Amino acid sequence: MSVAVAAPRRRPFIRKTGALPGFGLALGYALSWLGFIVLLPLAALFLRASSAGVEGFAVTLSDPRVQHALLLSFGVSAIAALFATLAGVIIAWALTRYDFPGRQVVDAMVDLPFALPTAVAGIALAALYAPDGLLGAPLAKLGWQVVYNPIGIFIALVFIGLPYAVRTVQPLIAEIDRELEEAAATLGATRWQTVFQVLVPPLAPAALTGLALAFARGLGEYGSVIFIAGNLPGVSEIAPLLIVIKLSEFDYTGATVIAVIMLALAFLMLLVINLIQAWSRRRMGNA
Amino acid sequence: MAGRDSDFVGSQGRETSASVRAGKAPAPDRAPRRRRAGVSLAALAGVAVLGLSAAASLVGSFPRPAHAAQALLNVSYDPTRELYRDLSAAFTADWEKKGGGALQVRTSHGGSGAQARTVIDGAPADVVTLGIPSDIDAIARLTGKIPADWRTKLPNNALPYTSTVVFVVRKGNPKNIQDWSDLVREDVGVITPNPKTSAGGRWNFLGAWGYAAEKFGKDDAKIREFVGALYRNVKSLDTGARGSTITFAQRNFGDVMPAWENEAHLITGEFGKDRFDIVIPKTSILAEPPVALVAGNVDRKGTRKEAEAFLKFLYTPEAQRIIAKHHYRPSDVSALKPEERPADIKLFRIEDLLGGWDVIQKTYFDNGGVFDQLTARK
Repeated sequence: MSVAVAAPRRRPFIRKTGALPGFGLALGYALSWLGFIVLLPLAALFLRASSAGVEGFAVTLSDPRVQHALLLSFGVSAIAALFATLAGVIIAWALTRYDFPGRQVVDAMVDLPFALPTAVAGIALAALYAPDGLLGAPLAKLGWQVVYNPIGIFIALVFIGLPYAVRTVQPLIAEIDRELEEAAATLGATRWQTVFQVLVPPLAPAALTGLALAFARGLGEYGSVIFIAGNLPGVSEIAPLLIVIKLSEFDYTGATVIAVIMLALAFLMLLVINLIQAWSRRRMGNA
Repeated sequence: MAGRDSDFVGSQGRETSASVRAGKAPAPDRAPRRRRAGVSLAALAGVAVLGLSAAASLVGSFPRPAHAAQALLNVSYDPTRELYRDLSAAFTADWEKKGGGALQVRTSHGGSGAQARTVIDGAPADVVTLGIPSDIDAIARLTGKIPADWRTKLPNNALPYTSTVVFVVRKGNPKNIQDWSDLVREDVGVITPNPKTSAGGRWNFLGAWGYAAEKFGKDDAKIREFVGALYRNVKSLDTGARGSTITFAQRNFGDVMPAWENEAHLITGEFGKDRFDIVIPKTSILAEPPVALVAGNVDRKGTRKEAEAFLKFLYTPEAQRIIAKHHYRPSDVSALKPEERPADIKLFRIEDLLGGWDVIQKTYFDNGGVFDQLTARK
């Protein structure tokens, strides 16, 4: 698989890559690593699930408890990802555009949810928002209970998803010229017009990437959610927990069936997000 | 996909969390800013060191060949940490005194079902000491490494100790909870683990079921109504007994938590007798956490003699005293002084009420079983 042999054979898709050497090697590397790390385990998953057959999938999908768990997982992940993206863009903006004492520290703090074991995050959030917790107590006085129900899941997933949103838009904000805003202002744009017609469009593709990452991360999240959700069947039971329950029943096939359904749905949604992203990128002309 | 974030009390947590942290830490260099290059480099170096040490500890945790160091692996369930730390130490001291040579007993803990699964998936356990007979049945059925008649291989149905379910309530018992019938009252919030994922949760379910069966006789509809009402009062259905303890004791959520007797004493010991009371119901269930030799593994590893000696040791007066000290119920109290013996509670055996474990597991806890029916959304 040496490049020297590959190049003279005039394979068109190799020549297209330009003058940079090492394409064959790099692609071979990428594909074999992807194969071992991603494709092989996924293939094993699909193989196991396929032993359930079509009716196995149909039975699982028609179970109201599974339906509710899937709806909950996808719904809350989507809402949490949207919220995290909105908050993330604003945080990224503040961290990139303004200089203030301690900015580096705040900037580093954004990454903490990446590094924290998720169970710790779940326990900490539950402690904070529980009816006798620091934030939970005043909320409880207002009659709001925000843990041990789907709102708890939302809180955990926003926490988990936030760094993805911040880190994907931050480099782009750094790239946007300040003069762009000034030019918009001198040309008579209002502040809102500047924000929505000058600043938001170039940020949109990156924000969408952050959204997709936060969403995907939220879907698979288990460790933090089970400590704050209450896990009541048909109320706050997430799909990953159903998988764990199936495993506890030694029902490996049942577990993989739910996993494959989740994977397929997640893939669909990520594909849609990617398409929107590609479209908005084309519209911006910076493909 | 959920495997990485296994329950924080899981046994394999240490190595995995280290490598996860190592894998996630390079995030800072995602924001490509020149002045951070130095920081990123330092971070990368740090991560590399972390990764190497994690790799080293992973390599170190692989089972060594039997001749290098004689070691037994005891795969146990969650609340037995303190118990087996003492029992293993007493056993190895005894073994060395009797001229058996140096021996080490390692114990891994986690949810009973998850622990059974690691043995099914190939963990080299010499003995299993799990929370409920059906988990050992599952290993026997799915791997054949344990003979199907394992309960007859050791005294007292393979039970060196038993336990029961008691109630932990807030100090002073403000909701006046005295018996199982109080758990279905509308003003009572119950915290219990999910019977699907937790052995303790299953004993709680069966305790309620047994109580209702005694009260309503053969009237199945009324029993279901009672247990269904109880689970409608459940405010949080954690995945394991320790998860429930955190919700109840640290989050102050709920009014009553049915729990393993030893776990109840641990809670009042750990979080303070001034915060919680233990209520002993008039009748409760005889919880049976059994032990078994994993014959298929000990024959392969050549550790049968040691593993059998370990299990036999659990029945000796010395071990029984340790068991009583940790608030389990010894199978043989004859060697214990009266004050060392556990409190008298009227206990019923669930098998006498519902039949064998294969039936109980299938009817009540498997997919579509009674628990699923009772908690299905209306």
